[in-house]
Amino acid sequence: MAELNTVHLTLPAATDDLRKLQIGTVAYLSGRIFTAREGVYKRAIEDGAGMPAARDALGLANFHCSPAATVNADGSYTVGAVTATASFRFAQWLDGWFQLSGCNVIIGKGGMTSEVYRKSFVPNHAIYLTTVGYGTGALLGRGIKRVAGVYWLEELGLAQAVWVLDVDKFGPFLVESDLAGNSLFERENAKIAPGLAKLYAGTKPATLRRYGETDDKTEEVI
Amino acid sequence: MISISSVQRTAEELMAKAAIEIPDDYLAGLRKCADTEKGDLSAFVIKAMLENYDAAKEDRRAMCGDTGLPRWYVKIGNEARIEGGPVALEAALRRATARATTDVPLRPNRVHPLWRTDHNNNVGIGAPEIEYAFHPDADWIELTTVHKGGLFGSDYRMLFPGDGIDGIKRFYLDTLIGFGKRGLACQPAIVGVGLGGSKDTSMVLGKQASCLRVVGSRNPDPKIAALEEELKELGNSIGMGAMGFIGSSMVIDCHIEVGYCHTGGMPMSVHMFCLSSRRACARILADGRPQFRTDPMWFTDYMRRETVEWERPAAEAAE
Repeated sequence: MAELNTVHLTLPAATDDLRKLQIGTVAYLSGRIFTAREGVYKRAIEDGAGMPAARDALGLANFHCSPAATVNADGSYTVGAVTATASFRFAQWLDGWFQLSGCNVIIGKGGMTSEVYRKSFVPNHAIYLTTVGYGTGALLGRGIKRVAGVYWLEELGLAQAVWVLDVDKFGPFLVESDLAGNSLFERENAKIAPGLAKLYAGTKPATLRRYGETDDKTEEVI
Repeated sequence: MISISSVQRTAEELMAKAAIEIPDDYLAGLRKCADTEKGDLSAFVIKAMLENYDAAKEDRRAMCGDTGLPRWYVKIGNEARIEGGPVALEAALRRATARATTDVPLRPNRVHPLWRTDHNNNVGIGAPEIEYAFHPDADWIELTTVHKGGLFGSDYRMLFPGDGIDGIKRFYLDTLIGFGKRGLACQPAIVGVGLGGSKDTSMVLGKQASCLRVVGSRNPDPKIAALEEELKELGNSIGMGAMGFIGSSMVIDCHIEVGYCHTGGMPMSVHMFCLSSRRACARILADGRPQFRTDPMWFTDYMRRETVEWERPAAEAAE
């Protein structure tokens, strides 16, 4: 079996380094990342709160994740496992988010559509890394060296708060979108699609239909 | 009399076991996938997951960062007596859930659906779910906790008798392909299919089929068992593997459970128990001693009975 190409990326990532990445490459990260998902996006963008801290403090890599973490009695943090949550739900906030955060690496589960990559990622020189599995929560937990800060804990709760994490050899991830906006998942979907029709051969659609239903198996649910 | 302290102690241990230790039956099934997977990306994913299980056990940390929605299945022997009764039992399970959320730690996933209030302990209105079943001629209780992911990989549809087995296959494929793309279902999965019952029962049966039966088990009805094998093969012939990459690793096993339904319908649900198929089980004996295992043994002859009265199977009665 072919070994996958593997790279180690230092954060914050230089655009030149990102340009070298091809979809399907295995990536490990070292540097600073921060978690942000719907609660943060809504507060930062829709509610107009802006970012909870300066770019230096947060880093430029946004992880769609909330860790299995605890605030200890002495105020320190225990982070166990970390795994991404599905990213497609956050596409609606991205344009404002890139402007506000300056991020050029988005990490999550399952990626977004290439339409979103071309519209929002490419102009901002950003790539998307997908977690593997999902998820390799324990392996990723091992890559976290330090909780550098937690923001909006009281406002948003443990799961939605911004966790700033210093990581080392944090991974594995797969490059899902490159700087040109290509999507690994869509490439794979296109290869699988031609074989789907024969699975359904000779069967007829369900008696009771649903509004908006499609019988085109090349479409996605996201 | 089963003491409530033994219930809570056992429940806390089960919460940690479920979150950290992948059950042996699922692990063996995934290793088989690893041996046969020819897609290089899908094979890479499976290899990473196998390493992840080892890391979780070594570090005693949760195998997946999304630690799912913890819930409980309680089977009560007909002769069992629990200190404080069912109200104390429920309180112990809620306490164990809250405590494990801090101690393991688990992700506090449970929030109010509208106000998004998070108690940071996975406890709230209707959470954790606690489902009950009973067992004749027994003085033990059995606790099973399942921490299933909560967003993708499950669907329900009202089919009709005229849709037939073909209709079942279509909806099964629709669910696997729809949620299999990009790996939203976190496959390869134990796929549970609920057939029949009323609408809600169909969902409950399918979920229990995926979460409470071990890989390799078969429905006692030989024709349903054959359909389980057929659907497993069908799922693995889609051409899709882990994360929706090209491959053959979609279904670790397929389990079907049935319930009698309205004469005009054939409701169906599909559920996918993921790469972190978290379940742990223990029987608590009358003296409070726990016996841990990973097979919930939820679906018994008694659970699947068809008759008005329960009659013990002949072999058991002769003993």
